[in-house]
Amino acid sequence: MIPASDGPAIEARQLRKIFSSHPHPVVALGDVSITIRKNEFFTLLGPSGCGKTTLLRLIAGFDWPDSGQILLDNRDITGLPPFKRPINTVFQNYALFPHMSVAKNVGFGLAMMGKPKREIDSRVDEMLALVRMQSMRERDTTRLSGGQQQRVALARALAPSPQVLLLDEPLSALDYKLRKDMQIELKRLQHETGITFVFVTHDQEEALTMSDRIAVMSSGRVLQTGTPHEIYERPANRFVADFIGESNFLHGRLESVRNGEAVVQLNSGKRVPAGLEHNLPVNSTVSLAVRPEHAELVPVGDTAILNGTLDNIVYFGTDTHFHVALDGDGVFVVRAQNNPSRQLNLRENERVGIAFARGAVNVLVD
Amino acid sequence: MAGVVDGSRARRRDIRKRWLLSSPALIIVLAAAIGPLLVVVVYSFLTPGPYGDVLWKFSTEGWSNVLFERDIFDNTLHLATANLTVFWRSVELSMLTTLFTLVLGFPTAYFIATRPARWRDVWLFVVTIPFWTNLLIRTFAIEELIRNQGIVNTLLIRFGLIQQPIQMMFTDFAILLGMTYVYLPLMVLPIYASLEKLDFRIVEAGYDLYASRFAVLRRIVLPLVQPGLVAGSILVFIPALGAYVAPMVLGGGRKLMLGNLIDLQFGQARNWPLGSALSLTLMAVVTVALLVYARVASPRQQHRYD
Repeated sequence: MIPASDGPAIEARQLRKIFSSHPHPVVALGDVSITIRKNEFFTLLGPSGCGKTTLLRLIAGFDWPDSGQILLDNRDITGLPPFKRPINTVFQNYALFPHMSVAKNVGFGLAMMGKPKREIDSRVDEMLALVRMQSMRERDTTRLSGGQQQRVALARALAPSPQVLLLDEPLSALDYKLRKDMQIELKRLQHETGITFVFVTHDQEEALTMSDRIAVMSSGRVLQTGTPHEIYERPANRFVADFIGESNFLHGRLESVRNGEAVVQLNSGKRVPAGLEHNLPVNSTVSLAVRPEHAELVPVGDTAILNGTLDNIVYFGTDTHFHVALDGDGVFVVRAQNNPSRQLNLRENERVGIAFARGAVNVLVD
Repeated sequence: MAGVVDGSRARRRDIRKRWLLSSPALIIVLAAAIGPLLVVVVYSFLTPGPYGDVLWKFSTEGWSNVLFERDIFDNTLHLATANLTVFWRSVELSMLTTLFTLVLGFPTAYFIATRPARWRDVWLFVVTIPFWTNLLIRTFAIEELIRNQGIVNTLLIRFGLIQQPIQMMFTDFAILLGMTYVYLPLMVLPIYASLEKLDFRIVEAGYDLYASRFAVLRRIVLPLVQPGLVAGSILVFIPALGAYVAPMVLGGGRKLMLGNLIDLQFGQARNWPLGSALSLTLMAVVTVALLVYARVASPRQQHRYD
């Protein structure tokens, strides 16, 4: 049952939550507003303590905001208890009912909704097939592996056909290989069910590979919302540029702005074109971000934007990281894919230049 | 060959050492538990002496007196209705005490378990404070509350809610109140221990899956803290069954319970064999109650999947 309208599934307006913890109150969320569209795989990404789990718990109804509103399908649900919200949660440690079988766990929501037994049974079968756990139907949940518990938790949360599924770092307890499998599995489930997924994670790679859109959070605020591509290629500020992937930071003065393209004079005197998403006055000092893979090593000379000494070479298998000590100050990392046909025969302490293309540089706000 | 001999000798020495090391515990078990129990068993089959004590003459009179009494005129046996009343009152009041401590103790334990960690210890401390005071003193304090000129009646009359004091002392209610008060911590602590281990995300998962507060309590919380409920019930029911102080002080000797009946036989009635037989009957009742409880509240069925 896919909703026809393209309006928002969840709309959070000016949500504020302060924990009166001892000795200082903690602002978990400071006036957060986000809009999550229908049928979207939406990720809340940020380091621990950034407020992403608090936001999820407010949407689920486990906590109440100090101020602000939560709308579900344009209906105000701010005051509703969790059992009156058509929203289900997959908990970080699954929180399966240890005194019930797999089938009883999966059917619990439907039983609580007062559905007839036959309907529950067929729905449980359907859900267990969806997560490929049919053979475990009568098994005790305490006798399942982490991955199996994860699947049961998913089936349990999906069985009542919620309008929105919340996932609180569901993959963090799994080992690497299983996590990769479950990432694909989750994408498949979201696609097949057409349910809006709100996914919480601190793993940027997970966020980038799975999400339709990402909201990057820090210290109780949403710093940037956008597609993985937008977030990675056009980070709005220094935190996002640093938290998502790796970035080199350069400093300079904004010389001119035209059509979203800025020219920045670096402290070294070189001028570089850079993308600019904000309104900044000319002549203000700015930071620039360059991704290591967007830069390349060139011979010292006119083509080089920066010059320095090769400090360290780290081999990563698929690629190699070159740490360059810049002539002015700081270290710049260049990542080059390892390609047998294009070997860089460089040694440490060698003089090198660094160049990057027009679109590779972004002006940040701090 | 020499090695084998040495080996067996070493093993024998090992066994001897094990017995030696466990002997303090064995002596305590023998002297403090099995010994006195044997004395009671033996006494229950002897004849009462004229001034207490026992005569070393075999008799089953002590046991038959538990349920039957001999008519002093025509020497026929009748059902000892007085004893049966006491039995029934003991079981009834103990079950009610268990029920009331459950009803009061569970919310208390739940309240404590849901406080922030640093407050839980404070609350637990508060719960155990009554243990610092002598049981007798605490029971007299209850008397002070509920006697005709006591605090409750005085206040009710002062506020004009009643004209005459309500007779609460020397009733089953008084005993029940006293026992519920005294045994409440024994219920709160094991339930708290179970609740503390409960992962409250499981409770949240219940709310998340459309279970109302009552449904979460019945379907999730109670089944998961069942070990605590069982332990608490046992800890309350057993001492309540043999309660002595509450019925003596608050029941005023008019409402006897098993403990008082046994005391009576060893004291005024000078019938030690009957007292011994009653004690063993009490033990038997407790054992049966425990067995029934264990059967009813056994841990959930083990699934077989091997």
